[in-house]
Amino acid sequence: MQDLLRRYGSTLTGLFVFLTAFWLLVLVILPNVSLFEQSFRPYLPFVEIGGPKDVYSVDNYRQFFSDAVETTMFGIPVWISLHFLAFLDTVFYSATVTLICLALAYPLAYYLAKVAKPQSLPMLLLLLFIPLWVSEALRAFAWYIILTFNGPLNQFLMGLGLIDKGVRWQQGVVTDYDAIVAVLVYCYVLFMLLPIYTAIQSLDSNQIEAAEDLGAPWWKTHLRVVMPHAKPGIASGCVMVFMLSAGSLLVPSVVGSTSAIWFPQAIYTQFNDAQDWQAGAAYSMIFLLLCIVFVALMMRLFRVKLSDIAK
Amino acid sequence: MSAEIQLDDVCCDFGAFRAVDHVNVTVKAGEFFSFLGPSGCGKTTILRMISGFTDPSSGVIRIGGEDVQGKRPNQRPTALIFQNLALFPLMTVAENIAFGLEMRGVDKTKRRMRAEDLLKLVDLPGAADKMVSQLSGGQKQRVAIARALAVEPQVMLLDEPLSALDLKLRQNMRAELRAIQKRTGVTFIFITHDQGEALAMSDRVGVMSQGRLQQVADPRDIYNNPVNGFVAGFVGENNIFAGTIGAAAAGFASFASPEGTFRARLGAGAVSGAAKLYVRPEHTILSAMAGAENSVAVTVGDVSFEGSFIAVSGQSESGAHLTAEIRNDGSATVPAPGTKLYMGFDPARAAILPDHDKA
Repeated sequence: MQDLLRRYGSTLTGLFVFLTAFWLLVLVILPNVSLFEQSFRPYLPFVEIGGPKDVYSVDNYRQFFSDAVETTMFGIPVWISLHFLAFLDTVFYSATVTLICLALAYPLAYYLAKVAKPQSLPMLLLLLFIPLWVSEALRAFAWYIILTFNGPLNQFLMGLGLIDKGVRWQQGVVTDYDAIVAVLVYCYVLFMLLPIYTAIQSLDSNQIEAAEDLGAPWWKTHLRVVMPHAKPGIASGCVMVFMLSAGSLLVPSVVGSTSAIWFPQAIYTQFNDAQDWQAGAAYSMIFLLLCIVFVALMMRLFRVKLSDIAK
Repeated sequence: MSAEIQLDDVCCDFGAFRAVDHVNVTVKAGEFFSFLGPSGCGKTTILRMISGFTDPSSGVIRIGGEDVQGKRPNQRPTALIFQNLALFPLMTVAENIAFGLEMRGVDKTKRRMRAEDLLKLVDLPGAADKMVSQLSGGQKQRVAIARALAVEPQVMLLDEPLSALDLKLRQNMRAELRAIQKRTGVTFIFITHDQGEALAMSDRVGVMSQGRLQQVADPRDIYNNPVNGFVAGFVGENNIFAGTIGAAAAGFASFASPEGTFRARLGAGAVSGAAKLYVRPEHTILSAMAGAENSVAVTVGDVSFEGSFIAVSGQSESGAHLTAEIRNDGSATVPAPGTKLYMGFDPARAAILPDHDKA
């Protein structure tokens, strides 16, 4: 602070502090606090707001766990609330998206950072980035067209003779969530690639050579030398892709099958269709909390520190 | 266990640039061999070809008599010590040393024991559980040596590993490396641009310039009988006279230069025509009177007292800068700047060499 004052003077320093405080308080903390407060209030007609019925309760949260339906998980039949099920599905398939992104991005990041010629790097990065210049909505609709019943993917596969008749990709082949997972991977794989690329790039190539010289086969070099070094990058890529996927509303709305509910869609329904902002707020809070718990759990599991991710 | 290394007419091209140019040399088993040369002379490329990270464009490399073409670094009986050591920063010292053994599937307790043995060998006991970042430069050096020795290589390749250390430590490590080499009997191939290092440590030295091996000999021969101007100029200090070779007889020749006509030993490759005469500063004698032969009048310029010797630089009448060294035996007089003296030298201690590198 002293340093800041000396370097920029009181006016600029005041501006910095004000803007940072404004951003944190007004744009981050206040909306969340308001959401938190709303989530405990009942859904009332306008005239009754502030009236005798407007009292705090956990009814909105109870709603999340009500309306249990019977379903099976890993072959075991369970009774579970529809919304809670949607939440679990969302977390599970977001984790799947994250794993697929990792499997795709790690080799590519390694190739870009250590194998590709420096001269060809700008071109390769450009090719990777061009899709990002198109809005996510357009990319999702493009995938809608690709996956549709009379779309190019079916045409192409039938042309090759790999399938006899069209497949309803959006209804899912393996699970109800196939299309969502595929398109989320497409949309967010670069958010995995970049942090890993940056992390691997900072690894001294001599260490890779030293490992090989000491007799390590390539996969052990990756396991013992490259991956531990890239762990912060892998961790921040995973957190980013997981949070973006779990929070995506657009992709599941566009390409999702009729039987797949992505949790943000459930929240959206409360806010928009039911006009029940209080329940929507409660759902948002639950979603935020459970996602934080999940990420924290994963970080503990893989022994990643918060400071690693912030790098 | 040690192996002989044979480089048979090895070349290495990077695009149009020839980094290593027809190198032929045999490093004997158990020998301490140094490649000495300025940066960019191709010595590191040679090391990388022996270790398997770079493929020769032509020629054959044999380790222990076996052609290693196409063998990956992890299949060769060599261990490389990198210039920056390339220790694994996320592992402990013991894990670093045992890495090669881990890759070979040696079990954990055996690895640990071997790591501790090696730490004793490199004089660093008790450091097993430290992190690499907690070590000093010299200690890291020892860990790198131990890590390479752990895989019991037949050949150790060292890429200027001492260059990052300070002077005192560097001199200690020289002796240490030499001792480790003697103790283990492993063939050591050492890369350096520091002539002092190469001369002090090696059984034999190969001097390189522009991808070519200029001379391979023991350190004394390299210093006393350089085969060409490059070796003479690169290894140690020299006074250089340009001129032409005159009448020759019994290995000696007369040499005409702007500084006068001298008589000196005729070096290898110098027959007639333009050549250079090399005289080391410590082989010159300064006196107040002109000698019978090989005497140049100089006006004393800078005089610097170096402790064990006194370096006197002066200028000849034709304008050439010359240096002489007077050994400080405790009673040596320091000439005053501006005095006129005669610099003489023994014909046997001066060499006439071709004035170009081996082409």
